[in-house]
Order: sequence, then structure tokens, then C-alpha cells
Amino acid sequence: MASFLDSIGYNLWVLPALLAIPLVGAVIVLMLPVREPAATAAGVETPAARQVALWLFVLEFVVSIGLWWSFNPADTGWQAPIDIGWIPTWGVRFTLGVDGIALMMVLLTTFIMPLSVLGSWTTIRTKVRSYYALLLILTTGMLGVFLARDLFLFYVMWEVMLVPMYFIIGVWGGERRIYASLKFFIYTMLPSLLMLVAIIYLGLHMKGADGTPDFSYDRLLTGAVGMPERTALWLFAAFFLAFAVKVPIFPFHTWLPDAHVEAPTAGSVILAGIMLKMGTFGFLRFALPLFPGAAMNPTIRMIILILALIGIIYGALVAMVQPDFKKLVAYSSVSHLGFVMLGIFALTLQSVQGALMVMINHGISTGALFLLVGIMYERRHSRLIDSYGGIARVAPMFAAILTFVSLSSIGLPGTNGFVGEFLVLIGSFRTYPVLTIIATTGVIFAAVYLLWAIQRILFNPLDKAENEHLTDLNKRELAMLVPLVAAIIWLGVYPAPVLRRMEGSAQLLVNRVERAGSLPRVSEAGR
Amino acid sequence: MQFDLTMPAQLTSALGPDLLLMGGAMVLLLWSGWRRESDEHQRSVGILSMVLCVLTMVAVGYYAYRGYTASDGVIAVDNFRWAADEIFLIATLGTIAMSLDYNRREGITPGESHVLLLFSTSGMMILAAARDLIIVFLGIELMSIAIYVLVGLNRRRERSAEGAIKYFLLGAFSTAFLLYGIALVYGATGATNFLVIKANIVRFNLQHSGLLLAGIALLLVGFGFKIAAAPFHMWAPDVYEGAPTPITAYMAAAVKAAAFAAFFRLWLEAFPTLLSTWHEAVWWLAALTMIVGNLVALAQRNIKRLLAYSSIAHAGYILVAMVVGTSLGSSAFMFYLFAYTMATLGAFAVIVALGRAGEDNMEVEEYAGLWSVRPGLAVAMAVFMLALLGFPIFGGIGFFAKWYVLEAALKAPFPQTRLAVILVVTSVVSAGYYLYVVMVMFMKPRSSTAILPERAGGWTRAVVWGSAAIILIFGLFPDALVSLTQRSTPAMSKEVALRSR
Repeated sequence: MASFLDSIGYNLWVLPALLAIPLVGAVIVLMLPVREPAATAAGVETPAARQVALWLFVLEFVVSIGLWWSFNPADTGWQAPIDIGWIPTWGVRFTLGVDGIALMMVLLTTFIMPLSVLGSWTTIRTKVRSYYALLLILTTGMLGVFLARDLFLFYVMWEVMLVPMYFIIGVWGGERRIYASLKFFIYTMLPSLLMLVAIIYLGLHMKGADGTPDFSYDRLLTGAVGMPERTALWLFAAFFLAFAVKVPIFPFHTWLPDAHVEAPTAGSVILAGIMLKMGTFGFLRFALPLFPGAAMNPTIRMIILILALIGIIYGALVAMVQPDFKKLVAYSSVSHLGFVMLGIFALTLQSVQGALMVMINHGISTGALFLLVGIMYERRHSRLIDSYGGIARVAPMFAAILTFVSLSSIGLPGTNGFVGEFLVLIGSFRTYPVLTIIATTGVIFAAVYLLWAIQRILFNPLDKAENEHLTDLNKRELAMLVPLVAAIIWLGVYPAPVLRRMEGSAQLLVNRVERAGSLPRVSEAGR
Repeated sequence: MQFDLTMPAQLTSALGPDLLLMGGAMVLLLWSGWRRESDEHQRSVGILSMVLCVLTMVAVGYYAYRGYTASDGVIAVDNFRWAADEIFLIATLGTIAMSLDYNRREGITPGESHVLLLFSTSGMMILAAARDLIIVFLGIELMSIAIYVLVGLNRRRERSAEGAIKYFLLGAFSTAFLLYGIALVYGATGATNFLVIKANIVRFNLQHSGLLLAGIALLLVGFGFKIAAAPFHMWAPDVYEGAPTPITAYMAAAVKAAAFAAFFRLWLEAFPTLLSTWHEAVWWLAALTMIVGNLVALAQRNIKRLLAYSSIAHAGYILVAMVVGTSLGSSAFMFYLFAYTMATLGAFAVIVALGRAGEDNMEVEEYAGLWSVRPGLAVAMAVFMLALLGFPIFGGIGFFAKWYVLEAALKAPFPQTRLAVILVVTSVVSAGYYLYVVMVMFMKPRSSTAILPERAGGWTRAVVWGSAAIILIFGLFPDALVSLTQRSTPAMSKEVALRSR
């Protein structure tokens, strides 16, 4: 495989192609003719848009999957690098590259996107072409964030994600969509702009002899370390806020339940599956390596870890009392992402790798849960747990998959969820034993809220007349769920290939931060 | 070198494009009086005025290309002036194009309205060139008197007349401040030429002269009125609302830019040695303008008033570039002015395109569901709103403008970090109202009683799509524009940079 990829020069064009395909695709989708003029008046547009979009996303996935083989786990540098001038007078370059961390995030994105198209297949009935065009543009933005090696480019891509999602929530969302979309936009934008100030500051700090700023990530890696401590602290704070809102870390999470619940199914899947990872990815890629001194300051580290811990417990407890299943899943994200933050800031090889695994798993399991909620909602137009009960009898396949996905979200051994959370916990135990023990209760709470919910949805007596004629999964729904189930099993049973590809980058990160951050004696801080 | 304006050859080298525009405007004035008032005649005068604008733009470009500079004398010849001129001329071009359609709809037949715009633009070009307080005054008057008339152009509408009177009274008031300031500065320094003022301040050791400081304060108030900076902004929303929409666009874009250009040059060329004195005043002016403009805009439900407050807020952002005061600040200033002008022009062109005869209701809510009936205009308006918000890619050049100002603020000899943070936070506040417009257009359902807006005239659509294209294309490849603005600094600003360090 690798030699075949080499023969077509795969590494030379793959990254720009990944960014270009969705953009070109968006234009194609927008230019599709509206098939029936009569139908358009009623607001129904051509279904051709969804098919074109699906095939574009499948193409995107096929193109990206080559990275799996072309990626060399032994090489911790940038792979498939691209470096083109963009705005020379400001020292901005269009530089892309992939490392072990970005690789998995890119593959996760291209894997989730076609499934989310299937998830919107029948629910999106108005402005169909615009909807899929926005999904495509959003994909470019998300991949750009993972691939950017220039802070300016990173910032631009970071903001590019915002507008399509704003429209997806605001136009195709639920009842309170306008409120939710505005909240989402403003919550994300404020800290992003503060991050922008920090990025400009960094760029100017690195300016060359002729005064041109330099935003290159690689140069900043060495250049930013020597900053005065106070400055580094402020800059870290700006980056921290931008990423903390995105993750979201408690108490910056309040946009999340609104956005997730009001978004259409695909919007929730993408938000939870991919966009939340932008935050944790940002910590791994920027906040930690650029400001190791600030991030490893024992007080700051402790505060972040405690916030992560609060997120784990609080998210789980709030999820437990939700009458709305979609909201329950939304709050479970707060809890899961708390594990990621714990793993990142515990900063051992296992915990960071575990955090990365949780990022992937959460994308798969929560993505699947949101798709399942969407399936329920499409049939009954209710997300309330109380409206269901005993539907395992009428929809056995649905019940089986929902149970399985829930178990993986809880972290049952043999599923992907177990691998990630277990790695985080054993990794963190080495540096922060007390916190880790408390965090472990989060796993128990997860079992409580999810098992209790599926019991009420699937297994209680079938006592509502509306539920007696629910149809089971159709072929399209199976087609979107089976890949997710397969991924859950594969990552649960044999995660080694994934871990191997991430190991080099994770190890490099841990070494870099520990070396530069003059790591305090961790055991002290932990107890 | 100094130009001797009594010699024809030197006069044309210093003022060629200005003379071309003024002379052309005179001829057009005759032409417009030649025939009976009619819509066709109005349009022909308008189109000829646009041709004249384009010719003047070419002339300005040629003068910039020849690269004359005059380091003293009453007329400044430098790239700052040429760049500012191009911005005024683009704004004028867009305004006339919108007016062609607007006047037809509203039944405004005098072709002189276009010629008045040209006169006003000549005043702006003089302002950008002025290196003498008397010339500044001349330029401001030439610019403003034409606008007083234009605001009241639609004399059948009460609002229009109200706006005209308000603008006239407050304009006269602010001119009085300006004139008094000029008198006091002259009294203190014995000069009206910027460079002589600067030299005399040092020579006679006037840094602490009360007379001079009072003069500067009055000048600041006078310019504060013209650029509508808080707390001197009160007139703007009423006047903007009352004026015919194309004239509002012209005031928000060109008039503000011209006042800024003169303000900028005067401050950097005449008073650089007093930097520590005026710095704090302008700092507060900038901070207050950003905060007031953005917060009050949140409460607006009328699209013209909303954009009026937005333009106040943008005056604050531009003032940040001024506080920086270096040549970087000056190129950021020029870049921002360009971006702001394009976005404002486009936004008002959309309003013109969606307006109905009489235009009594300009509520944002009327645009509900616009996306489903006029998708093109809705998307264009979204681009302009995002550009004003300063959003990358979708808002194109607007983001780079904010970026540039932020970069200038952080790179200044005294880094303006606090001002940068205020800028950022108020920008987030501005999302509240820019997105409100976007939200209404895209996310609210169209009410069943809403009337489908007529198809907009071709000229208006040309302005909409032209400005959207410029915003988006330069939003992807801003490099050419950046290097142009980097060369468009006043001849003196480099010295300022050195001194303030």
C-alpha cells in the first residue's frame, strides 16, 4: 500500500486536496439544478444535493484513508508537509502538515462526515443545497484546524468553522435555534478574538530582522519558550479561554447543551464528534507546547485539573436528571471531555494517549448516540425519555445498537470506551492519584445515567399506544450505524495500530513540555 | 521640494486630479442645467459624473505612479493623499451608482444631486491634501455645504428635512469649534502651516502653552463631530436615518474617511511633539467611541440607525490606529478605511435595493426570511455584516483590517494592549447586532403579508456585487493591498515614529 501511495505522489498533494475537495464540492452542490420547479415552491429541493454531498464525503474519506498507510509512526516530525507563501508582507504562510495527533483527528473527521450526511438524509427538507454546501465548507474549516502549521492560518480556519455551524444550528435547528446559535457564536467568538490578540503578540515577538512577524508553529515552539513568565501566563490565558470554551471545560460549558440540543442531528454529531475536539486538540498542539511554563505551573495545572474533575462529575450528575435524551447525551459530553482534560494535564505518555483515545471514542460513540436520538426523534417527534418505553419489542435492531453504543460510551471492556478511559486513569494515577480516584466515580455515574435511560426507553413496559407501531431501522440507518459499531468493536479489541501511530507524537509532546516546563515534583502537587 | 502654486505647471503637478474633478464638475453643472429636469436627464448626468470619477481615479493613480512628493508647502503631495483620494472616489462612484436607481424610485429628478456629490468629493480631496489649517477649513466647508443640501434632497419627506436641519446646525456648530481652534493655534504658534506649527512649538517652547492646548482641544472637538466619535456622535443616527439612503452611505463612508484623513495628517504632522499631551485624549476618544457605538447599536431596530451606530463604532476602531501614530498605524488606518468603506457601501446598496418608494419603514424585521425570496442579496448582506464584524474568509477583508489595526496597536512604540483588548471585546459585542441582521434574514420565516421587494436596479446590483467581490477577493489575497497601504503613509509619519520612541 505504501509503495502504491508513493508511486502516485500521495504525500505531495493529499493535504491540499483534503481542504480543496469540500470547497469545490460546496460550489458543485450549490450549482446543482433544482429538479422540479413545482416542488421548490413548497420548499422541497432536489435530493440530488444529498447524493452528491454523500459521494463527495466518501471521496474525501477515501482520499484521507491513504494517510493511515503513508504515515510513518517512527517519524515524529511533520508528514506530507506543504509550505506556500500567502501574505508575505505579514509573514503569513500557508503551511500544512500532519503528525500522529492530527492524523487521527483528520481520519475521525472524514469518517464521521459521510455518516452525518446519512443522518440528515430525510430530516433536512428545506434549502437542501445550502445545507450540504455548509457541511462541506465546515469540513474544510475543521480539517484546516487540524492541519495548520501556521498560527495565522490556524486562526482563520478556527473561525471558518464557526459560520457554517452557526447557520446549521440557526436555520435547520429546533425551536430555540436562534437563541442557541447566537449563544454558540458569541461564546466561541469572544475568547477566539482574545486568542487572536495573543497570536499577533506571538507573531510580533518572533519578528525577523526586517520587522516582518513570523507565525510559523515550528519557530514559535523554540521561540516562545524563552518568554518572560508573566507574558507567557497572559498568552496562555488567552489560548486557554479559547480552547476551554470549545472543549468545554466547566464553567464555560453552558453553550453546549443549547447548541447540541437545538442543532439538527448532523449538527449535533459534528459538534460533539469533531468540534469539541478542537478544544482539546488546541491544548495539545498549542497551549501546552508553546507555554509549558505557564501550563505546568503547579497552581494553574491544579486549577485546570480540578475544573476537569468538576466537569466529569458535574456533567454526569446533570445528565442523570435530564428528561430529554438529547440533552442527556449533550451533558455526557461535558463529562467525557473532562476525562480528556484530565489525561492531557496529567501529562504522562499513557494519559495523553488515553486522552487521544477518548477523543476518538467520544467522537464515535457520542456521534452514534446523537444519530440514534435523531432516529428516535424522526419517528416520534419527541426527545423526552418519558415518551418511550419498551420499544425494544417493536424495534429490536434499534434497541440492540442503542444498548451497544451506550455500553461503549460507559466504557465497557471490549469496547473502545474502555481503552481510552482506562489509559487516562492509569496514566493519571501515576501523577495525580487522588484526583484519579475521584475521576473514576465518573465512570460509575456514566453507567447510572445511560443504563437508567436505556432501561426507560427500551425495556420498561410498552405502555404508550404511539410506540406500538414504531418501525425498526431501515437500510440507510443501518448503513450509517454499522460502520460506527464496527469502529467501536475494532478500537475496543485491537487499538494497537491507532496507539502506535499516536505514540511518537504523544511522547514528543510529553518530553517537550516536561523539559521546557521544568516540571515540578508532580507527586507533591497531586496529594 | 515646495510647489509654487502661482506657476501653472507646478499648480497642476500639485493639484492635477483635484482640478480635473472640479473643472469637470463645473461643466457637468452646466450640462445638468441645460435640459429640463427629467429622470433620463438625471441618469445621463449621473453616468457622466461616474465617468468623471473614473477619470479622476486614473489621474490620481497616475500621479501616485509618478511619485512626486512635496515635503513642505500648503499642499501635501504624498501617497497618503493619493490613497485617501482613491477611497473617496470609489465611495463617490458607488454612491452615484446607487443614486441613479434610488432617484428614479423616489422621483428625485434634479441632476445636480450628482454634481453636488462631485463638489463634495473635491472638498474631500482638498482635505486629504491640506497641510495648512486654512486649507483644512476650505476643504471641510466645500465638503459639508454640498452634504447639507444632499441630506435634504428628498424635500417632500419630513425626516429628510429634519436630518438636513440637524446636520446643518451641528455642522455649523462643529465648524465654529474648528475655526476657534484654528484661531487659538494660530495665536499660539503664529502659523497655519502644519510644519511651521510643529517647528514653532519646539522653537518657542510651547509644549505647555495654555493657548495652544485649548486650541488643540477645540480642534479635537471639531474633528470629533465630523468623524462622529463619542461623545460628539449624537447627530449621526438622526441624520443618517433622515438622509436619502445613498447619501447616508456617502456620509458613513466618504465623509467620515475625509475627516479622518485631515485629522490624521494634522495630528501627526503639526502636533507630534505634543504626543504625550493629546495621546491620552485620543485614547479615551477611541475607547469611548468603541464602547458607546457598539453598545447603543445593540438596541437599534432600524437598519439605518443600526448602521449609523456601527459607523460610530468603526470610527473608534480607526482612532485606535491613530493612537498608535506610527507609519504602521497610518497604513493600518488606510487599510481599515478601505475595508470599512467597501463594506458600508455594500450594506447601504443592499438597503437601497430592498427599499420601497417612500422608505418609511426601514426596520430590520422587514428583512425576515429574505433568504428565501432574494437569496443573492441576503448572502451579500451577510458578507457585509461579517466584514464589518471582522470575520475571516466569509467577511473577507474586514478581518484583515481588524488584524492590521490590532497588529499596529501591539507593535506600537508604546504597545496599546489595553486598547487592543477593548477593541476585541467591543467587536464581540458588535456580533450581537451584525448577527441580528443575519439572523433575521436567514433564520426568521418570511411573514405571509410581506411584500416581495422589487428587483433592484442594475446599478445598485453592480455596487452590491462589486463591493462583495472586492471584499471577498482581497479577503483571500490581501497582500497587494497591504503593500499598497504600507507605501501610503504621510511623508512625515516616519519622523513621528522616531520621536515617540
